Amino acid sequence: MRFRQYLSYLFRPASALFLVVVLFSLATNGCFRERKTVIVAVGTTIMDSGLLDELKVAFEKKTGYLLKALAVGSGQAMAMGERGEVDALLVHDPAAEKEFVAAGHGINRRLVMFNYYCLAGPAGDPAGIAESGSLAESLRRIAKAKALFISRGDNSGNDRLEKSLWRESGLDPVGARWYQETGMGMGHTLQVAADKKAYILVDQATYFRFLGKLDLRIYVQDGNKLINLYHVIEVNPARWPKVNKAGAKAFAEFLVSHDFQQLLTDFPRSENDEPVFRTGKNRKEEEFKQ
Amino acid sequence: MKTGAILLDIVNLVVARQKNIILDIPALSIYEGEILALLGPNGAGKSTLLYTLAGLLKPVRGDFYFRGKKIGLASEAFDYRRRVTVVFQDPLLFRGTVFDNVATGLRFRGLSRKEAAPIVERVLDLFGISYLMGRQAKKISGGEAQRTSLARAFATSPELILLDESFSSLDQPSRDSLMDDLHMILKETNTTAILATHERSEALRLANRIAIMNQGRIVQIGPLSEVMNRPQNELVASFVGMETLFNGKVLRCQNGSFVMDVFGCEIEAAGEALPGERVVCSIRPEEISIGEKSLPAPVSGINFVYGRISRITSLGPYVRVALDCGFPLVAYITEHNRERLMLSEGKEAGASFSPLSLHLIRKG
Amino acid sequence: MDLIIDGILKAFYLLVTLDPEIMGITLLSLKVSGTATVISMFLGIFLGTWIALTSFPGKRFAISVVNTGMALPPVVAGLFVTIFLWRSGPFGFFEILYTPTAMIIAQAMIATPIVTGISLAAIQHLPGQLRMQIMALGATRSQMVWLLLKEARLPLLAAVMAGFGGVISEVGASMMVGGNIKGYSRVLTTATVMETGRGNFGIAIALSILLFLLAFFINAVLTHIQQREKPR
Repeated sequence: MRFRQYLSYLFRPASALFLVVVLFSLATNGCFRERKTVIVAVGTTIMDSGLLDELKVAFEKKTGYLLKALAVGSGQAMAMGERGEVDALLVHDPAAEKEFVAAGHGINRRLVMFNYYCLAGPAGDPAGIAESGSLAESLRRIAKAKALFISRGDNSGNDRLEKSLWRESGLDPVGARWYQETGMGMGHTLQVAADKKAYILVDQATYFRFLGKLDLRIYVQDGNKLINLYHVIEVNPARWPKVNKAGAKAFAEFLVSHDFQQLLTDFPRSENDEPVFRTGKNRKEEEFKQ
Repeated sequence: MKTGAILLDIVNLVVARQKNIILDIPALSIYEGEILALLGPNGAGKSTLLYTLAGLLKPVRGDFYFRGKKIGLASEAFDYRRRVTVVFQDPLLFRGTVFDNVATGLRFRGLSRKEAAPIVERVLDLFGISYLMGRQAKKISGGEAQRTSLARAFATSPELILLDESFSSLDQPSRDSLMDDLHMILKETNTTAILATHERSEALRLANRIAIMNQGRIVQIGPLSEVMNRPQNELVASFVGMETLFNGKVLRCQNGSFVMDVFGCEIEAAGEALPGERVVCSIRPEEISIGEKSLPAPVSGINFVYGRISRITSLGPYVRVALDCGFPLVAYITEHNRERLMLSEGKEAGASFSPLSLHLIRKG
Repeated sequence: MDLIIDGILKAFYLLVTLDPEIMGITLLSLKVSGTATVISMFLGIFLGTWIALTSFPGKRFAISVVNTGMALPPVVAGLFVTIFLWRSGPFGFFEILYTPTAMIIAQAMIATPIVTGISLAAIQHLPGQLRMQIMALGATRSQMVWLLLKEARLPLLAAVMAGFGGVISEVGASMMVGGNIKGYSRVLTTATVMETGRGNFGIAIALSILLFLLAFFINAVLTHIQQREKPR
């Protein structure tokens, strides 16, 4: 059977239909740059909370850009930034961010907003941390009791903060039977923790979103240590000429603009009537003791 | 019976499969209007020859001349292929109605359904299956399906039709009626046909020329009566049904006949052979008469042997009697006679046959 | 249990009110997976038939490659498409990463081996002498192939349904190459995962039900085509 003869057979009405379908799809999907696009990587909590939807609508309306926001962990976001695959980042892992900028991958790192983490756990409190008094002590009690603790383990901002807190308490739980890592986003990981009746470090926005659906209680809140800072970083266009320099700039500008900060204030409050995200306007990172 | 001009001439045909030669035919001519039967055991190359003649198999080498013109280029081969059609053992009908199936060849040649309709109707009528026209092909009987397959083949008015064991999967009544109809249709349309079969009765019924094949070669080819009655060697003999073979040494001879010694029996045969020669003769089972063991008065022109009946088999219209006379001998007699003579296995009986019925296969 | 009931009710409500966002997501699922299936149908049946009908050295190896491709993990396809399409990749200049087009490409990559493998088996399963019979009736090569395809219609349509089933339910690759961008590259599967992560179980179940209904509807149409007898 000759290949050419076979190819000639392909030109039938059915094939014409096929071509029409494909071309139509390609056209309506607009693969070749329909309007100016900016690709950013944001932390998963931003999407899960619903903030991303409002942010996208407002940003696109104001600037006319098509915003392609990928909700990935902070670690993955910075990895993508290192490769120039995204134009800007909105992440919450200050330690890693500083390295990122220092290495020349990003520029114009600016504080956008913040909120808090908390240490939550099962109603029964098997490790008895309710009366522990401090975050460090709570962690020690958990380790001592070998109580089940669920970690995200996905190199996100939450994950890295959590691991640094263990280190500060002089503990290294990684690998222990009671310390389990899911590798998933905050929402999924929280559900796992609730299901297994385990302790977990969770951001308050996510916790309150699941309030009433999951059987977990907040045990420790710490305004100093359990702080969650969000910064916007533009990927360095000098290193990666392909990034949308103007788009990244527009995105960053928008996030620190009055419009967006107003949006944060107007954002529906959580169950305990606290802002989900607090504006970073006129605040400096150094204010927050780590 | 050479009916006419040469339709197809094949020269130096060799077909091989994976370095083994499976067909080797130095020359073969097909005459217009004839019905040629290819007879032989399984694996003899009958199907291979048919498929090659149909243009479906590519030979290693070989020249084809259709009506005198050589078939060379691809386009010529395609034209030739469209003049020849094959009917297989399996009806191989397609999804759809009987009409759709029979119209297939015509549709391939560019006719619309409307244009094909009268031809389809005519050929369905020819095969007596007009009533099946609108029926789903999957829902008809075996005999009906094979008729449909034949109708489909005839619809395109082929100049040569090749039948590969086309009746083998049918039951006897269907087979008989279909063969009769086909014979008539072939004659009426003067279509040349070649049929491959391992059933002697099919060849006898339909063909006017017969070729015995074995191991990729044509061993003997010729008019039906010639091959059936004068086989060239034991293999052909067995295939045309001459089950009795005499292996003997010539004792004496006179004009046109000789006497040979076969396991102590003296047997006279027509033919030329010299004393001392070893000969092989065969005889058709129908030519042998069975009777009492007791020796009759010597009668001219009759050979007589006797022995014990080793086996009696009923074969429909006739009875096969196997006699052990020191050498095996097979006769066909009627059931009526078997009863009359009260023949049974183990009984002793005598066999007689004319010297003129013996056929000298070979000497030496 | 009440969660499931809540989900069913939500699904019903979304459908009846033709909630625009959900309709958009559903339509996009259909468009992306449908296009990918159509592409894989043409490529797969073409390739499968060609391999089945041709003899060439290494044919058996080719067939085992195809059969292995059927088991290709979708996320692997997603990863490879991502690597090829991102800015530093060979096709980065097309700028189609994080678009439905990229999703179509990835899903076509997943579905094509499935359609190829089953088509291949379907053609090989036809009676050996059928091909010769068709040629003996005077068909050209393309006429023969077309008739063979019609004869193998049943398993060939099963192949298409298998391909469609594989991609309409796919989430890993779609997430990777599409980005799950609201109103743009979000499909039923990626939306379901997202809503589960957000804790909106009712909506997640509703989306699952819609996905099931969509798949059922498409397969019902295909099954009807597969099983119908020619009306004559």
